[in-house]
Amino acid sequence: MNALDYVVLVGTLLGIAAYGTWCTRGRSDLRTYLTGAANTGWFTIGVSVMATQASATTFLSTPGQGYQNGLGFVQNYFGAPLALIVIAIVFLPIFRGLNVYTAYEFLGRRFDQKTRLLGTALFLLQRGIGAGLTIYAPAIVLSTVFGWSLHLTIVASGLVVIVYTAVGGSAAVSLTQKFQFAVIAAGMVAAFFVLLAKFPASLSLGDAFTVAGGFGKLKAIDPTPSLVPRYTLWSGLIGGLFLQLSYFGADQSQVQRYLGGASLRESRLGLMFNAIFKIPMQFCILLLGAAIFVFYQFDRPPVFFNQAAWQHAAQGPAGAKLRAIEANYAAAQAEKQKQIDQWLAARHAGDRATAATAHAAVLGAHARGEALRADVKRVLREADPHAPQADTDYVFITFILDHLPHGLIGLLVTVFFAATLNSKAAELNALASATTVDLYRHLVRRDADDARCLAASRWFTVLWGLAAIGFALTVNLAENLIQYANMIASIFYPALLGLFLVAFFQKRVGGTAVFVGALVSLLVTGVLFFVRRAQPDFPVSYLWDNLIGCAACVIISQVIQALLPAIGAEKGTSG
Amino acid sequence: MNPPEIPPPPSDDELPGLPGFRTWRGVYVFVLGVFGLWIALLALLTEKFS
Repeated sequence: MNALDYVVLVGTLLGIAAYGTWCTRGRSDLRTYLTGAANTGWFTIGVSVMATQASATTFLSTPGQGYQNGLGFVQNYFGAPLALIVIAIVFLPIFRGLNVYTAYEFLGRRFDQKTRLLGTALFLLQRGIGAGLTIYAPAIVLSTVFGWSLHLTIVASGLVVIVYTAVGGSAAVSLTQKFQFAVIAAGMVAAFFVLLAKFPASLSLGDAFTVAGGFGKLKAIDPTPSLVPRYTLWSGLIGGLFLQLSYFGADQSQVQRYLGGASLRESRLGLMFNAIFKIPMQFCILLLGAAIFVFYQFDRPPVFFNQAAWQHAAQGPAGAKLRAIEANYAAAQAEKQKQIDQWLAARHAGDRATAATAHAAVLGAHARGEALRADVKRVLREADPHAPQADTDYVFITFILDHLPHGLIGLLVTVFFAATLNSKAAELNALASATTVDLYRHLVRRDADDARCLAASRWFTVLWGLAAIGFALTVNLAENLIQYANMIASIFYPALLGLFLVAFFQKRVGGTAVFVGALVSLLVTGVLFFVRRAQPDFPVSYLWDNLIGCAACVIISQVIQALLPAIGAEKGTSG
Repeated sequence: MNPPEIPPPPSDDELPGLPGFRTWRGVYVFVLGVFGLWIALLALLTEKFS
């Protein structure tokens, strides 16, 4: 990064944050502070919902997913349109009808106070961890690549978002998200077109698709009827439906975004905006990763994309081994490039037999290259068991730094930080709201007026922000970031969603039964998470946990509800 | 068990107000149609280039 890049980065981020703070300063009405201005239109809501979900990991990590595994990750979002329609029809009118600040207030009214507190606790736990990851994820990658201090990066980005979220509340979040998302869209589109312009002149767009498809990078849909693969059509539609229902319907960071709509119509249209554009957005980001893969078939990629880790290890005792692997990788890549040229030439000539032979040779050369990449990881692990093994999160940033012009580099790094601020602001706002409404005013100061609650909410924003910074300073991850965030969510969300589904659809079930059901659900998903960590080849993908956990909550609730009269009668007899 | 405090379904007095859509049902059907279209296009892409 040069001076121009830093001017773009700092100027854009601070400019938007200052604008949001200025426009929303002096908000003294609790409802406006917690749910936003009463005149918020559908487009602002739609962008706000989308921006809240699209954190920096979406833009930093997803292209790496596309590069390594192709488009299959898009199936993770297949449940989103269905979930958003269900929420628009069922959840939203009830939340708005009750005029609640948080989704968990509804649980208190429908069931009892312990269920409301359980819902709040599940949300605070899940989102509190999520807020730490939101800030940690881009910081670890960007600080590694640029050589910045990790701690300073975390603290600086955390403090910026704390300031404008605490000052302006929900209105500031929505306002800044709109501008930040515009920057994000501009940056990603610019990156895509510059990437296309960097393809070899002889490579047509059709050839690029052929190359990507030839390596399996365009396999967007996997209809395999199996629970094992992480992403299939079925895990996306069914498991994804439950994951997205939990996220959009039971997570206050999202509920708060669409509760702020000027009317039911504006909120619904904001949700439908996401139902239509969520999948194409994710597709485009993954396609960017697949396009980077194509680019690197004609321009040798690094054997390991986390160059900082590579260089650190290369200076140690493993240096000779790593350099030997790097040389072999360069040779394998050069050989593969020749074979790709032959493959495409045979296709252009209509010679199917030669094309098929050349394609097989290309795949063979690719497999040799991948084996060498695996060797690098093995050597790195032998040299330092704690060294980072995954490098897919570094693919996009490496491409940006090596191949994009200055100015655009600054814009893309701005994209990552803007996305961090987007998500983080909504998370802090939601955490503070739930803490104020569901804990402080409900348990600590029942007589607190709106002015006191507003002040408390500002302080809770600061406290949650500092807690997230603290968590980010201590966390250490090896997984692909975006997948890890979804895995963590799959522990807590099923129980949370189960509470709401029982509330909406099982009118005979009461608070005690659903409370026990949610605890059992949490136990089930927690066990699944830890079993999967112990056995990486566990034959059920984590997306299914959302269905399993939610079903456990609903079924156990019904069973307990059926048993409760018998238990009560027994107690009465024995007493 | 507490009596459920779920408000009745809202009247449809807040219509979509979108050209071509007279009811929310129409909006949802349209969104489902677009979703189906995305799936079909992705399936086509998978089929053509795999």
